[in-house]
Amino acid sequence: MTTETINESLDDAHNDDHHDHKMTGIKRWLYTTNHKDIGTLYLWFSFIMLLTGGALAMVIRAELFQPGLQIVEPDFFNQLTTVHGLIMVFGAIMPAFTGFANWMLPMMIGAPDMALPRMNNWSFWILPFAFAILLGSFFMESGAPNFGWTFYAPLSTTYSNGSTAFFVFAVHIMGISSIMGAINIVVTIMNLRAPGMTYMKMPLFVWTFFITAYLLIAVMPVLAGVVTMLLTDTYFGTSFFDAAGGGDPVMFQHIFWFFGHPEVYIMILPAFGIVSTIIPAFSRKKLFGYSSMVYATSSIALLSFIVWAHHMFTTGMPLFGELFFMYCTMLIAVPTGVKVFNWVATMWRGSLTFETPMLFSIAFVILFTIGGFSGLMLALTPVDFQYHDTYFVVAHFHYVLVTGSLFSIYAGAYFWLPKWTGHMYNESLAKWHFWCSLISVNLLFFPMHFLGLAGMPRRIPDYALQFADFNKWVSIGGFAFGLSQLIFLAVVIKCIKGGKKAPAKPWDGAEGLEWTVASPAPYHTFSTPPKID
Amino acid sequence: MSKGTEQQTDRSNGKVIKKLVLVVFAMFGFGFALVPLYDVFCDITGLNGKTNDVAVAYKNDGIDTTRTVKVQFITRMAKGIPWQFEPVINEILVHPGEVKFVNFYAKNKSKRDIIGKAVPSVSPGIAGGYFQKIECFCFTHQPLKAGEEVEMGLQFYVDIDLPSEINTLTLSYTLYEISAKVDS
Ligand code: HEM
Ligand SMILES: [Cu+2]
Repeated sequence: MTTETINESLDDAHNDDHHDHKMTGIKRWLYTTNHKDIGTLYLWFSFIMLLTGGALAMVIRAELFQPGLQIVEPDFFNQLTTVHGLIMVFGAIMPAFTGFANWMLPMMIGAPDMALPRMNNWSFWILPFAFAILLGSFFMESGAPNFGWTFYAPLSTTYSNGSTAFFVFAVHIMGISSIMGAINIVVTIMNLRAPGMTYMKMPLFVWTFFITAYLLIAVMPVLAGVVTMLLTDTYFGTSFFDAAGGGDPVMFQHIFWFFGHPEVYIMILPAFGIVSTIIPAFSRKKLFGYSSMVYATSSIALLSFIVWAHHMFTTGMPLFGELFFMYCTMLIAVPTGVKVFNWVATMWRGSLTFETPMLFSIAFVILFTIGGFSGLMLALTPVDFQYHDTYFVVAHFHYVLVTGSLFSIYAGAYFWLPKWTGHMYNESLAKWHFWCSLISVNLLFFPMHFLGLAGMPRRIPDYALQFADFNKWVSIGGFAFGLSQLIFLAVVIKCIKGGKKAPAKPWDGAEGLEWTVASPAPYHTFSTPPKID
Repeated sequence: MSKGTEQQTDRSNGKVIKKLVLVVFAMFGFGFALVPLYDVFCDITGLNGKTNDVAVAYKNDGIDTTRTVKVQFITRMAKGIPWQFEPVINEILVHPGEVKFVNFYAKNKSKRDIIGKAVPSVSPGIAGGYFQKIECFCFTHQPLKAGEEVEMGLQFYVDIDLPSEINTLTLSYTLYEISAKVDS
């Protein structure tokens, strides 16, 4: 490619006049407005949160290793499940995707930086405070939130242990951070695309983040609204969700899930984008059905607003409501199926190689599909009466979130690590990470389907004896999966410190502007927009 | 990038940001708008088992003696209210259109004065719109002195056009303490 050399020399020239602005030490990170620095901050933050949330999960699995109460009190157990869920959703998965957006979007669309660099700095740096409040509540008199990550009223109002205020403020800050991040992404994509890059020429990765940002802008304010109502109900005597004052606790669930269902797509659409970048690269073929992917992503996003009550089938909805939400939910499976079909078709007759990013992507396609199938089962109203609030639901959302979202994050991290660090990661260590994770994650989550079908309820610290064997295996899988993630930490640290020098484009099948700049990507890229033809 | 183009992007950035921030505020408002919308929706569709919270006049459309509907009464105390509260009779058979009167017994078992409020709900939810209360203690508060007991009346009828598949209605009252809210 001819642009390659031109760009590199231009970037080098630019580097020199910018380098003196770059601060050193902690100040560099506190004051940075550089999209790559901020992307790095987001990614590290999310990994730390993954380990924190993971540590909580280890205690949960230790308690559930055998029936009976061994390690923790039931109330503390509830705090663990609640904070585990909140940390993983808002602290691990979402910031990881924002990190990818920051690092990759400007490079993929040929922009010099994000459109609103100073706001970008803010949206990251308020996040640690949110999680300090949330985690700090463990050490308060009240204890941490114990009402589930879904914080149903009246558990979080009338029956709150006193942690509601901490929880609400933490969520407000996370929400503000996400909204700022999303506005930045939309403005960047709308205004900073290189000349000639029309919407339908954008990489699919960019499309998925664009649509996700709109979803965030639409539903994070609703989350902010519902936690505000919770706050005033708990402390200021309003009765939004209090039947005594004319409110309605079921309404809480409607408002929460109006946010909550689009939220699950916020956590999976970027994953679709990452996998749609990686599978073509290692199949050495173009992505099959690019435009159908764009339309499928958009229709998933639109449909996600009219399916929320599939989380509420057992609240006593009238038959018409049950059917409406059942059919709408099943409708979403159509565009989702289109995507899975396109990934498989992309691999069909490709010249495949199986480097770690590809392994994680293939595992994603298969295991996410299992999660989609269990989702379809849950979408069937009559059977959901049996499955609701059992481990079957836990199995479902861990297949879509862990082997879905998290696996895509690992795939993306391995794929772009050479670009970020300038070194190739250690492939055999990475393969260890993959295989250990793959085996342990299935040992961890697959038996949960059977536990759920057999009737084991979720969110309990103790269980009936007949569930003992499966729970033991699940816990062993859990510990193994937890440990396996430390391999990833080792790979990343090794890769930052050294390793084989990475060329500008280490993957021969990869496409996109990010591969036209040197590895590691210079501090400033595309100060002059590239030409797209 | 030349000066000219940079300014241009900044201007259009401003426009996009303004629009997006507007959406953010609109959606925040929408969250709150869902509260009245929810009530209106439930009112119109008669979902949710909510019953009328002001008295209705009896509409004489005749009595359907060919049908008999069983109405059951249950009561529940919300957390922390030290009352005894129960229906005097547990169930009653009515013909649609026929007015009935039943009593509920309440006693404040504590040593302090308490104001209670009973919140009704009908199951199956769809029947809520057909259960008409002509007079009900639940329209107001129940202030009971320490140790005081009362019988409280409910006068109701079931609409003549109650869907034919519904043969049993359950009226449930949940009793809440609202002393603090009424005082202030
Ligand atoms: C084919 C697509 C999907 C369908 C049909 C589907 C359907 C459902 C249904 C019906 C439930 C409610 C189960 C119950 O509580 O009884 C549910 C729960 C859940 N789903 Fe999905 N789902 C799908 C994809 C996803 C994806 C992609 C994610 C996230 C990445 C996700 C995350 C969740 C979560 C977190 C819950 C549990 C919420 C809770 O109660 O804590 N789902 N899903
Ligand atoms: Cu959902």
